[in-house]
Amino acid sequence: MKNHSGIKKLLFAGLIIAGISALTAGCGGGPGGSGSGVLGGDVASRVYVKPGSYDEFYAFVSGGFSGQISVYGIPSGRLFKVIPVFSVDAEKGYGFNEETKPMLNTSYGFVPWDDSHHPELSQTDGQTDGRWVFINGNNTPRVARIDLTTFETVEIIEIPNSGGNHSSPFTTENTEYVVAGTRFGVPYPQKDVPINSYAENFKGALTFISVDPEDGDMDIAFQVLLPAFDYDLAHSGKGASHGWTFFSSYNTEQKNSLLEVSASQNDKDFIAAVNWKKAEEYIKAGNYKEMPARYANNEYSDKTHSATSTMKDKVKVLIPSECPGLVYFLPTPKSPHGVDVDPTGEYIVGNGKLSADLTVHSFSKMLKAIENESYETVIDGIPVLKYDDVVAGVVTKPGLGPLHTEFDGKGNAYTTFFISSEVVKWKLGTWEVLDRGPCYYSVGHLCIPGGDSKKPDGKYLIAMNKITKDRYLPTGPELTQSAQLYDISGDKMELLLDFPTIGEPHYAQAIPASRVVDKVVKFYPIEANEHPDATKGEGAAKVERRGNEVHVYMTMIRSHFAPDNIEGVKMGDKVYFHVTNLEQDWDTPHGFAINGARNAELLIMPGQTETLVWEPQKEGVFPFYCTDFCSALHQEMQGYVRVSAANANTPLKWWLGEEEVQ
Amino acid sequence: MVLAVLALLSLFVFPLWKIVLYAPQYPDGVKMHIWINKIGGETESTLQNINILNHYVGMKKIEPDDIPELNYFPYIILFMAALGLVAAVANKKGLYLAWVVLMVALAVAGLYDFYLWEYDYGHTLDPHAPMQFEGESFQPPLFGTKHIINFTAVSLPHIGGYFAGLSILLAALAWWFKRKIAR
Repeated sequence: MKNHSGIKKLLFAGLIIAGISALTAGCGGGPGGSGSGVLGGDVASRVYVKPGSYDEFYAFVSGGFSGQISVYGIPSGRLFKVIPVFSVDAEKGYGFNEETKPMLNTSYGFVPWDDSHHPELSQTDGQTDGRWVFINGNNTPRVARIDLTTFETVEIIEIPNSGGNHSSPFTTENTEYVVAGTRFGVPYPQKDVPINSYAENFKGALTFISVDPEDGDMDIAFQVLLPAFDYDLAHSGKGASHGWTFFSSYNTEQKNSLLEVSASQNDKDFIAAVNWKKAEEYIKAGNYKEMPARYANNEYSDKTHSATSTMKDKVKVLIPSECPGLVYFLPTPKSPHGVDVDPTGEYIVGNGKLSADLTVHSFSKMLKAIENESYETVIDGIPVLKYDDVVAGVVTKPGLGPLHTEFDGKGNAYTTFFISSEVVKWKLGTWEVLDRGPCYYSVGHLCIPGGDSKKPDGKYLIAMNKITKDRYLPTGPELTQSAQLYDISGDKMELLLDFPTIGEPHYAQAIPASRVVDKVVKFYPIEANEHPDATKGEGAAKVERRGNEVHVYMTMIRSHFAPDNIEGVKMGDKVYFHVTNLEQDWDTPHGFAINGARNAELLIMPGQTETLVWEPQKEGVFPFYCTDFCSALHQEMQGYVRVSAANANTPLKWWLGEEEVQ
Repeated sequence: MVLAVLALLSLFVFPLWKIVLYAPQYPDGVKMHIWINKIGGETESTLQNINILNHYVGMKKIEPDDIPELNYFPYIILFMAALGLVAAVANKKGLYLAWVVLMVALAVAGLYDFYLWEYDYGHTLDPHAPMQFEGESFQPPLFGTKHIINFTAVSLPHIGGYFAGLSILLAALAWWFKRKIAR
């Protein structure tokens, strides 16, 4: 057991050493330590959700470099579903069946993977409303929207002229916009230039994506073109500061090599404050440039059960020097990482990750400084406000390496410290540290349900750790990733639970289950299925040849396929299995897999149609079967396709049971 | 007496009877509703789901179109309602009594018919059914609870059924009061 009640100074020094060893990676943690020294009382009962009972919260946890989102119950930490978003998922056929392939289309073509970082729940009047979750794709810049009635990805939009979509997709208080700030400066628009021409040719675009209040449809409303700093994170204002979005930045040095050193020189970097209501005025007045761009917007329909990809070719761009009052820079010490706005909208917390202090700006002071035109300097037409004019307070020496802050709605803030591996609770306004809780190890983001909204549903705090070391049974060099659950309802934080996660649990958002659970779709009505290749009854099942394409219109219901015997397929044919699940009950999916398929299976929800393309590689008779255990006669749910030589005369025939269907 | 007629007419609004099947996989039960003119369930797909379950043991598909009673039963109810109104207008205790007796007779006949259908569905089994249970019948209970393999079947009147009972009771009361006043 590690003892955390030792002399503070010694502990502090120890944490620095632990932090540095974590940073240099792989230097080995203490062997065998369980590190759960502060657990007391009957903690188990507080995370125990008895069999058959529901959790109080849904948590949407990003899969980090898995590219997906996983859905957990809180407080139990039980995993319910992995929602495929930016990466193909053979288990669900996502990105493999014909219907979902367009979801992963980009201006680079089909991209089967991404790095997903920040799930963001939609909000109405500053409160999470349980309609959608947005998440950013970091590597090939994109933003996705997941529908919380089906828990499926229903839209992905690519961000043009951007690189590393990290400060994304943080929402405004009525989900007017989700944003996408580029982490990497890139030539704007992309072109072939020397890398060393960074300062003159590179730019940093902040993209505002509008969200249709009715159907959630995303569109790029405009981009704001800033100097090529690295835009790291963002949060929109709320209440009084509604109408503004704040982006943190580092590398204001505008270096393009050895950033570890070169981008850490300036004493202060900036938080960019963007007045998006002003931006709307400039757009309306036509005071924008239309720039060439190429980006995909992919949408999935629950009616056709299919996605379509549309390529778009221009974007509206606002240039700050031509749009006074659009952007201001707030000097913030030492490469601020997270920028977090408190529930009242007054305080803007800059988590200077290389600073020992935590800087908090005041929105009202910022407005006053703007009014007084009290500028330190102007960069590319963007006024830099004076630090002393905008700072509300400083939390002094709370820990090392502050990254992110969320709020409990009771006047308290919780900040994660990566290097000293802890969450620190402090008070807004007095800036005093109230409590600290160790994390195992090196916490990144944290999540309080609604913790970045106007109305936090605080009670729990989830710490998302970057390193686990000795916390779990080892699994070779690659260890599990992990999150930790704390009870924050009392004065002191209490660690309740460790739970492993899918990929890196980069960030998470949580919502009371009551805002989601009653809207969940149980199955798709078959009569509403508008898939062009749907087969809405066994009587309509058929097989058609069109040149060397064979289209099988197949149905599935407990416990057979119709048809289940098919002859007349020839070598060189491309066989399309359009399979419709005729079930109309909750929890009755069927799977479809065929011997030798070089893509994946289909996993078809009741009332849905999906298509698998199969190109036979050999002559013979090949079985197909249902993969999702559906019924007592699941093992009998199977069939055959006969494949003949290319020049054979085998007639096209299909049947089910003794009668031939055709 | 008019109330008795109204209660009877509620059969066009509410199901007459319900059979609910409970099993571990169906904690809320699969709820089949029998109306005077159709067979349905709690959801549009309930009947399909029951037919899927039934086909494993070789029971016939429940096709409302195959049950002629559902076509003429509404006319009987309408006829009885009309007769009830005639009785109410005439306000004769003999007519009231006749109506009650006729209704009871119809109810008994209806239940017997229901039993026959249940017997038919429960015993007419496909000899090639995937699952065969020696000596087991799948006939649901006429009234009350019965265990049928992994299911607990509960058969009870639905709202319409209770209203029909109320209708008879009201008519009987009308007759009883009429008789008292006559004395």
